[in-house]
Amino acid sequence: MDWEALRISASLAAATALLLTVPGILLARWLAYSQRPWRSLVEAGLTMPLILPPTVLGFYLLSVLGTGAPLGALYQRLFGAPLAFSFTGLLVASLVFNLPFTVMPMQRAFAAIAPELLDAARTCGLSRWRTLWRIELPLAWPGLLTALIMTAAHTLGEFGVVLMVGGNIPGETRTIAISIYDRVQAFELQSAANMSALLLLISLAALVVVSQLSGARRSERGLL
Amino acid sequence: MQVSCGREIRYHAAMKFLGLALTLPQLFQVLPWLMLLACGTANGAEQPNIAAAADLRYALDEVVVAYERASGVTARVTYGSSGNFFSQLQQGAPFDIFMSADEALVQALARQNLTHDAGDLYAIGRIVLFVPQGTPITADKDFTDVRRALADGRLNKFAIANPAHAPYGRAAREVLQAVDLWALLTPRLVLGENVAQAAQFARAGAAQASLLALSLVVAPPFEHAGTYAVIDASLHQPLRQRMVLMRGAGQAATQLYAYLKSPVARAVLRRYGFTLSEQ
Repeated sequence: MDWEALRISASLAAATALLLTVPGILLARWLAYSQRPWRSLVEAGLTMPLILPPTVLGFYLLSVLGTGAPLGALYQRLFGAPLAFSFTGLLVASLVFNLPFTVMPMQRAFAAIAPELLDAARTCGLSRWRTLWRIELPLAWPGLLTALIMTAAHTLGEFGVVLMVGGNIPGETRTIAISIYDRVQAFELQSAANMSALLLLISLAALVVVSQLSGARRSERGLL
Repeated sequence: MQVSCGREIRYHAAMKFLGLALTLPQLFQVLPWLMLLACGTANGAEQPNIAAAADLRYALDEVVVAYERASGVTARVTYGSSGNFFSQLQQGAPFDIFMSADEALVQALARQNLTHDAGDLYAIGRIVLFVPQGTPITADKDFTDVRRALADGRLNKFAIANPAHAPYGRAAREVLQAVDLWALLTPRLVLGENVAQAAQFARAGAAQASLLALSLVVAPPFEHAGTYAVIDASLHQPLRQRMVLMRGAGQAATQLYAYLKSPVARAVLRRYGFTLSEQ
């Protein structure tokens, strides 16, 4: 078992899920309520990482994050270290490829809120933020939590983008998924088997929790 | 409001189910701290990072363990194909030492001013024909039985490293071209991302024969894995392996680099078939 890789994966998963929480909520709300014509375009753009091969995503991210690219060069000037092949660079990549995993469940949760309820809130004089805080979040939380769990679980398992952008550096960008690949090449099959079993259990647990949450959502809708 | 109260209760029940007894606002207050906790990674002493050609997998592991015992410094090694490391290093990958299986790559990095100096030749790599245990093919250095096996169907897949970016893959292609097998084998080739992955394909029996690095098949994991024959070095361009200290490498990396050049490290490399002579 590669504990260091597990620590990196856990950090990456937690940081990704938490950093995406607020932007995810705002984006998901906008997508759920907006009637603007370019809404579909934004939604399609956000969903792209779901469809694109990880190598395509990795290639573009690398060409943006590398020292030769504007963003990579700026980061290098500011912090004196390259962005690609670092934990921070990996986190940036992770935020991009996880956007659909965060936004889609959240969007569904907001879209499921009865519009009459929001109208009622507005009639009672609640501000937009109070509506979000008192009405929307308490109603949508199973969806929001589902989104965060899916994001974290997906981050643990992502391989292609991580390998291309992170480059398998122990202690920095070697996540548990990369470590399994590396252990197989080193014929340390027992270690690979242990880590695979761990990822299997984590995925299963995440999906059980998500299923429980959607149960909670269903019973709530029954209340209305 | 009645409805909303019901929801609050449900929310608390679900939170308890998750082992958390927090209200929603509390949860949002706690999350950033949890995040800091998760991200607060301990970065202790300076640990030099080595990017090493995949053929060094077992030999270098041994060198690094010996170095750790002698100096207390743990080096971190990433194994892969030299060509991949070359493009990663051009993109600014934070490796301190690059041990390439192809000296041209080190020289190219040196020309781009990315390295400390021109580096040092540390080994001449050798190629072997490897046949995994239980495969009815004889590993001979003239490929006599491989040719026959190809004709009678005993050979279905042949593993080599990817010639596009792995030096051992390119050398394997040169060997196969030299013995007039390249065209015949092309439809049956399985390409590993690097020579260690090609070795994994062969050892797992996914390929009935393969061209690998001598340094891999003499390593303990290959002890009863199959048979091999060393290929004549004249059949391919010499695999001149060069290592280099990257520009900006720290004190710890400089000391490790000096150790890699030392007779102690050389002796380990020699045991894995890495010599400095071309014969």
